[in-house]
Parts: sequence; structure tokens; C-alpha cells
Amino acid sequence: MSEYIIKNGHVFDPVQGIKGDKKDIFVKDNKIVDKVGSGAKVIDASGKTVMAGALEVHAHVAGPKVNAGRWYRPEDKHFDSHKTAGITRIEGGKSIPTVFKTGYEYARMGFTFAMEAAMPPLYARHVHEEIHDTPIIDEAALPVFGNNWFILEYLKNQEIENTAAYIAWVLNQTKGYGVKVVNPGGTEAWAWGLNCLSIHDPVPYFDITPAEIITGLMAANEYLGLPHSMHLHQNNLGNPGNYTTTLESLKLAEGVKAKNNFGREQVLHSTHLQFHSYKGTNWGDFESGAKEVMDYVNRQKNLTIDTGNVTLDETTTMTADGPFEHHLNSLNHLKWINVDVELETAAGVVPFIYDPDNAVFASQWAVGLELALYAKDPMRCFITTDHPNAGPFTRYPRVYAWLMSEKYRNERLNTFKKADKVISATTLANIDREITLYELAAMTRAGPAKCLGLSKDYGGLKPGMNADIAIYNINPDKFPSTGPEIEKAFAQVAYLFKDGKICVEEGKIVDMGKKHTFWVDAKVKENKQVMHDVREKFLRYYSVNENNYSVPESYAPHQHIISVDATQA
Amino acid sequence: MKTVTLTVKNVPELYLECENVNPDAFAGKTADQIAKLGGYQGKEISTLGDYFTIAGEAGATAADTKIIVNGDCTKMKYLGAKMSAGEMVINSTTDMYTGSWMTGGKLLVKGNVHSFCGLAMKGGEFTIEGDAGNYLGAAYRGDWRGMSGGVLRVKGNAGSDVATFMTGGEMIVEGDVDIHIGTHMEGGKIIVKGNANRRVGGQLVKGEIYVFGNINVMMPGFKPTGEVDLQVDGTNAKFTEYIGDLGERHPKRKGETVYGKLFLKQ
Repeated sequence: MSEYIIKNGHVFDPVQGIKGDKKDIFVKDNKIVDKVGSGAKVIDASGKTVMAGALEVHAHVAGPKVNAGRWYRPEDKHFDSHKTAGITRIEGGKSIPTVFKTGYEYARMGFTFAMEAAMPPLYARHVHEEIHDTPIIDEAALPVFGNNWFILEYLKNQEIENTAAYIAWVLNQTKGYGVKVVNPGGTEAWAWGLNCLSIHDPVPYFDITPAEIITGLMAANEYLGLPHSMHLHQNNLGNPGNYTTTLESLKLAEGVKAKNNFGREQVLHSTHLQFHSYKGTNWGDFESGAKEVMDYVNRQKNLTIDTGNVTLDETTTMTADGPFEHHLNSLNHLKWINVDVELETAAGVVPFIYDPDNAVFASQWAVGLELALYAKDPMRCFITTDHPNAGPFTRYPRVYAWLMSEKYRNERLNTFKKADKVISATTLANIDREITLYELAAMTRAGPAKCLGLSKDYGGLKPGMNADIAIYNINPDKFPSTGPEIEKAFAQVAYLFKDGKICVEEGKIVDMGKKHTFWVDAKVKENKQVMHDVREKFLRYYSVNENNYSVPESYAPHQHIISVDATQA
Repeated sequence: MKTVTLTVKNVPELYLECENVNPDAFAGKTADQIAKLGGYQGKEISTLGDYFTIAGEAGATAADTKIIVNGDCTKMKYLGAKMSAGEMVINSTTDMYTGSWMTGGKLLVKGNVHSFCGLAMKGGEFTIEGDAGNYLGAAYRGDWRGMSGGVLRVKGNAGSDVATFMTGGEMIVEGDVDIHIGTHMEGGKIIVKGNANRRVGGQLVKGEIYVFGNINVMMPGFKPTGEVDLQVDGTNAKFTEYIGDLGERHPKRKGETVYGKLFLKQ
């Protein structure tokens, strides 16, 4: 039994509305409690910032696509590797780090949970093997559904119940967490050499539109009452003028109500919105559409978003949006991999250099920051870099610093080689908002936890919640005056508690903690039709046997199962 | 310039990674301090003092430091890697990654070198008196950024995949080379004084390749455009000029397409 008192820290907790007051936090075993015994160990947090452990809503950190990036980019690890130190193992890689580095780096920044954003169901075993090997942080994975043959066929006939039964079956088989949709219809169209650039483009053969897929999956998600909402990577990513597609797809959520027992209010999470908020007709007259998009998101309460901030680094793009990766490759002519996953999805991987001297990349950087700065409700706007697509997650401290210091981001903005162009194409220069520590706690802790349906136990410091706590070397009374100081403070926590255990001390990993794999076990009424379809497709089309498809417990030994009962729906 | 002399006293059982044997790492250090610098042998960290007798001392800066290595270096990797200035003379044959990622200074190897030497060189002078292995002056595995500056000279032969992804600088092989020379080249100059095996200049975009001997099989993407008299590395001769690789995208300058060039001595 271990007990701690975190004394005199400045606590930031949107769950309880605590805005930097000095308050003691008590930890007993793996929970935050009201009081502890006299023998509790005292952690002096005076002059420090105390927040809950941060939650990552969208990153590509495990699985076949990430690994494809690792093996075809040996040069990525070459200049950024650390040798073993103490209990840590070799840490390799910059944009596609090893599983060990992934766990350590998240923990050093104060994260305790990360969501792998795209799991091809067929390769779920591989995803879980990597999740299992990633130390310290809890993880979950979202299987991709937006281009799945079963889903396309059911939704074409508007069979929501069958769609839901199939989703429940896949979540159970793959130990998945929720419904991820990547370029709905477009990735399937890519198998025919085509794409769906608007939400009304029909998918070849299936004769269904992306709009119907999005609406149908939202309905199925709420039918099941899953903890997380549908998680959408929209059509027409990364093209000038795509903000109209974005607004059109977001409007599909109007009037849809969240139905779940987890306190989640949104029905659609729109991910890496930065890539979807462009005006103009080509890269020459490109402009930011962040204001228009955020104006809509601010009004529409049943949406959440994450930003996808470009960090201006050399990185590796990887997404289940196969056609987009091919498009990127035709822009930069570096290496390209396309992976097709039978009936379910596909993926592409391309190295990418966001060169600050290029007006387009610098403008993308500005759009990402605008999104976060225009957000009126920090509980619905989360900060991500869509790791590793817009930049490595290890750059979060820098993104925070840009958001928290107007001076720091203007320094960057005004020193771009094409600063004039970036300033005229975006509105960043006119925004003087600086994100506060309280807002940051909402954007990285309480908000993501609520969005993922984990707000009962995670994302806050209320007694009864899980003892995932990050303590930073930031004194809110003497807030760091320069950007690099803010960065440094967020890059290395003073302490990280994971499940009530100290795992990081002054940026040094001291304990591997106990990590868990979260997955959702959704129960539905027996559905003979769906089980028949599954059997038939496995016999006819899949390269594996049905019995080799599911993820046995040995692949995910430390499970945290969230049960959902949809038999009465 | 001050001189440090390293003499191999123990040949490592596995391979020793001498990432710390270069003028930059030695600068400002005494013989004792140099002896304490680390190096991996397999997964074990040992010190340079375990393998070398060290005499003399380094200058205050890399530019002011000369290193002489004597004895059997056949199991030493990364000698002179990432050096930016100063001078190094190795009186032995060395293993992989010798002189890789060099940005300046002078490096002379009096024996042979193994593969991956002079990788992605940016500047300086690297001379090999013996033969070189594969991937000499090439890009690192998977990388698309090869040699971009400096002069790399091999007095013997070199292996395959020499100078892939080269964008600048000069590489001279006085002997023969194997297959895949200058693949993906986008600038710079390769001179082969002996023969070349097949596939010279595959996917060549820009830059020049000179071959004094024979090319076993020409790539199909090259087209002869005439004869020229040239002075190449001190030799005057008549060459047949080819442009290529015609299967690649080539940049345009002032309305004219820029091709890579291959010169074959008549």
C-alpha cells in the first residue's frame, strides 16, 4: 500500500473547476482520495503546476503502418537515438520512434494515455503486440471502418442494426475501442484507382456516398452507445478549398444526439482539422479557413475536434488515406509505400519535410495554431500533431509554447522566409489570445477524457479518480517569460504518477508502471445475418481463417475492459 | 597543429565503434582524457585506452588537431566519422563507416576500407590508398541525401552502389568499380579511371560521370550526343558524351531541360 501527499502545488483541474489554487492532492494506491494516513510520503510541489495525466486522442504509435514506416526509414533513427540509461532500453527514431521511446517520451511529457488512431482489424494482433511492448502509458486502438466491405454493404441498405452488430463483433475480435473512419469511401475507391473528394462522390461498385457512410456510422455508434463517438478523418484532406467539404461533413452531425452512459456529449470527433481547413483554389491563392470552420464548431455543441498542428520538422506521414499518400508522393518524390488490407482498409507512408522556408508549410503551421486559438470551448478542442503526420508528438511542448506565448509564435511567424505571404494568407498575426494553463488542462486532460468516454476515472484530480498525475516545473505566479522555457518545462515533468506510482522523476524514467490496454466489449442481440455474412466473407475472400483473426488474451494481457450493453437498444 | 598518435595494443574481439576517434572529439583533451573516451564493443562500453596506446595531445580545436592511427584497425568502425576539421592519417585497413558524414578536414587511410565509408560526405578531403567496399560515398540506408561536397579519392578499386544519391562534390576511383554507380545522382562528379560493371548512372537526373575504361553493359536510358575533348583529373582525352537517364524527370533551366551526363573515354 502506497500513500502520497502532493503538497502546495498549483492545481489546474477543469473537472472540479480549480484554476491554479494551492491545494494538496492525496493518493492512496492507484486512486486519488480525500485524505491519507500520517505515514504518507510527501511530495513538495510548491511553485509547481499539478495537472491530471494527459490523454492523447489521436496518434499513430503502434501497428503495421507505423512499422512499415520504421523499416523503410532506417535514416529516421540515425541521428536521433539514445543509449540505455538506468532502467530504460535503447530509444531510437525521431518521427517513428520505437515502442520503448514512444512510451518513455509520452511519460516524460506527462501523458498517461494514448489512442492509436487507426488499427486495420486484420492486423489487430500486430497492433496489440506493439501496444503491449510500449511501456508506462495506457493505450487503446480504434479499428478503421469507413472503407470496410461489410459496412459499405450494410449501410447501402441502411441496415443500422446489422452495422452495429458488425462493429460490436469487430471490437470484440480485435480488442478495439471505437469507430474510426478514414476518408470514408475514398480509400475503397482508391483500390479502383479513384478517390472521393466530396461527400457526395459515389464509391465505385458499392454505390454509396461518403455522406451516407458518415451518417450511418454515427447512427450505429449511438445505437451501441460506445464510450467514444465516431472518429472521423474527413474526405479531401490537404487540398486547397477543402473547408467546404469539411463543413458539409460536420453538418451531418446536426440533430444527432449522443446516447451513452459515459458522459460523452459529442457524436462526431473530427480529427486533425488543420488539414481540412483550407480556402482558395490552389497552393498559389491558398488561404486559411480556420475561422469559418471554428465558427461552426463553436456553435455546434455535439462536435469535438483535434488540431493536427504542423511542427515544421522532417517527419513521416502515414495514414489509412491511401490516395492522399500517393498524392503527397507526387508532390515530394521521396519514398512511398502503399499497403492494402484486403476487404477492410489500406494505408500509405511517405516521408515529408515541412520546410519553414516554404509558404505553404508555414501557412499550415499557422492554420493549426489558429484552430486552437479560435476555439471557444477548450473542452471540445484538443491539441495533437496527428503524430507523425504533421510532426512528431515529442514536439507537443513547442506547440503548447506557441499557443501560450503570443510573443513566441509571432517571433516564428515574422522570421519565416515568406512571412508576408503567410501573414496575408492567415489571420494568426491578428490573434492575441494566449492559452492559459487552465485551458491547456482542458485541451489535453479533461476534454480528451470526456471525448473518449473516460471522464469517470481519467482527466481530472477529483477524489475517486485514477491517480494519473503530472507535476510540471512551472510556477504560475512566475510564468516562464520565453518560449524555450515553456517548452523545457512541458518536455520534462517533475513527477509523473501513473496509477499511483511515480514513473518519472525530473524527466528520468524510474518505474515502468503498469500499463493497460483499453477496449470496449459491446453486447448486442444475437444477429444471425451478420455472423453468416462474416463466415461467408472469410470463406470467400479473406486470406486468413476466422479463428486466426481474433486477438487472444495473450496478445493483450493487461486489459481494461469497458462493457457496453446494447441488447435493449 | 598538435599531434595525437594512437597505436592499437589490443585488437577487439568483436568490432569497436570508434565514434570518438576524430579531431572533433579529441579537441582540447590530453592523452589521459582521450584514453577515457568511450566506444562500444558489441553492447559493452569500453574506453579507447583499453585498445590504444595514446601519445601526444590534441590541439585546442579540431582544426588544430592531427591524429595518427597505427596498428591493426581492421576491426575498427566509424574512424574519422563526422569529423569537421583537422587531419587524420590511418596506417591500416579499416572497417565500415570510416570517414562517414565528414564535413571538413583531411582524412587519409593507407590501407583498404570496408563498406559504407565516406557516407553522405559534405566537405573535406578523404583519400583511400587501397580499395574501398560497397556504398562508398553513398546515402545512408533508406536516405535520399547522399554525398553533397568534398573530394573522395580511392587509389584502388571500389565496390558496388558507389555515390548513390550524390548531389555535389567529387569522387575519383582510380581503379575499377562494380555495379550501380551514381544511382539517383542529382549533381556532382564521379570519375572512374578503370572499368565499370553494368548499370552506371541509373535514374541519373543531373551531374557528370566519367569512365575511362569500359562499361560492361550500358543503361538503356542513355543517348550519345557527340564527341568532346576534355581534361579530366589531369588527363587529356577524347570522350563520347551521353545524356540520361531519359526515363527520369529532369529539371528545366531557362526553358532548356538539364540532363545528367555520362562521358566514356574513347
